[in-house]
Amino acid sequence: MSRTLRWGVVALGSAAGLALWRRSSGKGRERIELYFSAGSMVSFPEDSTEAARLIPLARRVLTSARG
Amino acid sequence: MDAAQALADLTEISTQIQAALIADEKGAVIASTFADDATASQAARSALDLFAAAEDAGRDGTVSLTQILAATHAGSVFVVRGDDRIATAVTGPEPTVGLVFYDLKTCLRLSAAEQPENPPKSKRSTRSEKADETSVDE
Repeated sequence: MSRTLRWGVVALGSAAGLALWRRSSGKGRERIELYFSAGSMVSFPEDSTEAARLIPLARRVLTSARG
Repeated sequence: MDAAQALADLTEISTQIQAALIADEKGAVIASTFADDATASQAARSALDLFAAAEDAGRDGTVSLTQILAATHAGSVFVVRGDDRIATAVTGPEPTVGLVFYDLKTCLRLSAAEQPENPPKSKRSTRSEKADETSVDE
């Protein structure tokens, strides 16, 4: 196996690993996180009904802030 | 500290925060970094709507909601509730969440320290306390 091909395989593996990590950690995805007085937190992913209701409200704040 | 000064310090310290405001529980803007009062009022009302809707979504009856992160592809919205006011901040996508919350809570605490309604009475030591202090000093 040539040196270039080996590096190509390593790069592809790294990219796939990074994509899997981002997907599992929720990075890059739209979400709502609620923090409570007891120290607990609830996270609603973008495909949840709660996020579907709350994210448009957050967009209104963003729109106001950015004109 | 003055609320406007607390916000100015916040935006100076946290480069991730693009705009922020402090409003009372009814949505009246106390201070903001927004371009004009109308957009600040609109954002404050939207933040309160978001908080009210989030309280409904996360209600379990035992604990109260204190802060919210809404992460979107366009940017993130943070809302923190204090005793009688809320602080809201807007950042770009994928901010350092813990850091923004910490800075926003600090800002809210500093602004709440502005003009307390019931200022603490100055402590007066009684004659016997003064005597005790004198004897300790000796």
